[in-house]
Amino acid sequence: MVYTPQLKELMKKVEETRPSRVGVDYPRMSPEERREVLQQFHPDYIEDGFREIKVGVDKGVRMPVEMADVFESYSRLGDFKLDSDSETDYDVDVLIIGGGGAGASAALKAHENGANVMIATKLRLGDANTMMAQGGIQAADKENDTPAIHYLDVVGGGRLENVPELARALVMDAPLVIKWLEDLGTMFDKKEDGATITGHGGGTSRKRMHTARDYTGAEIMRTLRDEVYNKRITVVEFSPAVEIILDKDGRAAGAVLYNLETEEYEIARAKTVIIATGGSGRLHYRGFPTSNHYGATADGLILGYRAGAKTLYADSIQYHPTGGAYPPQLLGLLVTEKTRGLGATPLNINGEQFVYHLETRDVESSAIIRECEERGLGVPLPTGIEAVWLDSPLIEEIHGEGTIERQLPAMLRQFKRFDVDIRKEPMLIYPTLHYQNGGLIIDDNACSTVENLYVAGEASGGVHGTNRLMGNSLLDVIVFGRRAGYHAAAKSKEISTPEGLNLEHVTAYHKELDETGAADGRTGPILLPHYTHR
Amino acid sequence: MTGEQIAMVDIYIMGKRYNVPETLTIIDAMEYAGYRLTRGCGCRAGFCGACATVYRLAGDYELKVGLACQTKVEEGMYLAQIPFFPGRKAYYDLDEIEPLAAHFAQLYPEVFRCLGCGSCNKVCPQDIDVMQYIAYLQRGDFARAADLSFDCLMCGLCVSRCPANIVHYNAALLGRRLYSRYIANPDPFLAERVKAIEEGKLDTEINEMVEASKEKLQELYNNREIEK
Repeated sequence: MVYTPQLKELMKKVEETRPSRVGVDYPRMSPEERREVLQQFHPDYIEDGFREIKVGVDKGVRMPVEMADVFESYSRLGDFKLDSDSETDYDVDVLIIGGGGAGASAALKAHENGANVMIATKLRLGDANTMMAQGGIQAADKENDTPAIHYLDVVGGGRLENVPELARALVMDAPLVIKWLEDLGTMFDKKEDGATITGHGGGTSRKRMHTARDYTGAEIMRTLRDEVYNKRITVVEFSPAVEIILDKDGRAAGAVLYNLETEEYEIARAKTVIIATGGSGRLHYRGFPTSNHYGATADGLILGYRAGAKTLYADSIQYHPTGGAYPPQLLGLLVTEKTRGLGATPLNINGEQFVYHLETRDVESSAIIRECEERGLGVPLPTGIEAVWLDSPLIEEIHGEGTIERQLPAMLRQFKRFDVDIRKEPMLIYPTLHYQNGGLIIDDNACSTVENLYVAGEASGGVHGTNRLMGNSLLDVIVFGRRAGYHAAAKSKEISTPEGLNLEHVTAYHKELDETGAADGRTGPILLPHYTHR
Repeated sequence: MTGEQIAMVDIYIMGKRYNVPETLTIIDAMEYAGYRLTRGCGCRAGFCGACATVYRLAGDYELKVGLACQTKVEEGMYLAQIPFFPGRKAYYDLDEIEPLAAHFAQLYPEVFRCLGCGSCNKVCPQDIDVMQYIAYLQRGDFARAADLSFDCLMCGLCVSRCPANIVHYNAALLGRRLYSRYIANPDPFLAERVKAIEEGKLDTEINEMVEASKEKLQELYNNREIEK
């Protein structure tokens, strides 16, 4: 019973209006209403959160201030230079930087395609946002659905700014990915006859969200990780890459790794390199709390950018509408979209619904911010912030008692740990920093604008336009992880051992920083957020 | 809490005392105390199992466990993290094994040495009936084992306490993979869809979409039919 007497009093209004809300759908917004709420309230449109980057291949491009700050930074290696005498610690065909869903998928495909593969990762294999993705993975694999219908949802939700061939790859590979995962022994929710149980997510026009309870990403990640170990693929943990190495012709040829525990640097030479380092929520844009993993600090973006890889939609950030707001221990924690998929609706201080519960994430978040900031109808919390209710008990009214325990065991458990029973008490939520829509530009082979440098997953940009739909991120990491792995392995067979390994691009980048004064003494990537003594 | 004094508590990180706000989780409290974590910290949301922690409250003999990101500090908490435990994993080719207790026994023979002490159940931060799923695995009942073990985060606390040296989380993972691959029915329509894609039968439809103008796509999107 962690809700204060004041909150309990307010909760009564939710209970009062609940019977009148069962089975009644709040109207969806018109395209004009959607545009309006986005432009007025979505953080992407709030100009003082952005600035132009002063150095590098995308000089002049708009980025969140916090991202531009880490991009404009000196290498952790200082003016260290690689030369022909530098000893290599690892020598492989394909080097994968990052051990999440994209990295693990890439490793399996590259291995299958005959390459000698190595994964270097900052924390443990599987320490990634993939592990935390609860809600599901989309794929058009039912008879009333097709990849083309999926495509329309993807680009419509993405504000028509998606790179068409990337969105095409995403939806066309989706059923193949489900089959691949099923064959690897991933335990999707199924009916007796084996048919996968699928539901809606925000912005879907067909029920194509495949789930594994509300541990979908965890189930996929632990299966992939187990398989990476079964294949005896080399995994070097607690060793983030801190710089991409180029060869004499300016092609990617490895990376400098930093052992977090021994504080030593190591050199990995590779014929092709895949960046699969994920997102950047731990940069806390605009001071937002985040649902992201501890390691989401934009590392790969920075390394790739210094090596000359161009970015796309670096200024497009996704705020998940339902981040935990109270109790304070759950601040920023993801409340899975499956909660709304099952029928839970957002409500204001008067217990009234103010937005359809399954608008796309950008619209839903903006509507929640508007309800609190403009209309003054947020629920004031003892912690000094505002939130709205998410009426989880409504789920059991609609689908019957026991639904939450069966369908949302992780959510139930997480709130219970802090004495909130979401079967009986509504949750308190507010948008949380969730996803980096943009990233490094890739083609549909997952190759970046730098030769022999591939990018997969959240570190890449263009697949989702400027707003990703639920269930398309787990899909993205597997689709493009597999593509990156396959093509990086194929490419590695065509080329001989790289020569003339160097870090001259870093020297040149430093020169630009010196000339502009942009870095202000900062080094990067930061690798881990600074939370000590906060 | 705004404007009010936040109560502070004393905790003992590996025996050393720190005074921290009582509202914090163990992870947050360690950082408040000045630790910059590399081991023992992962998703910070209760999904990854990186932050298994054992603790005891002053004056109490009972050893308790929890995930550091999901457990609030308490006055007099003596704690240490177990960020890694050297549990064994069997290597296998899923294509080469069958969902039989005999095959399972070859890969994880120690599962059959369970003493039935229930230590695993006591320490599971997910409250899973670990001992029961071990019993299901012994019987080759992979369906029940898969269902019961599903919420496992592979934090390793069960392994740390097992007198029979069972690596429960790895054994359960094999059980789930066997169940999902061989016992659960495959989706009845999926293979057909995959074949259609591989044979290029859906290319025309998708290419029309890919080549459509933004205006056309916007119109199609705004008027698309939504499944009830």
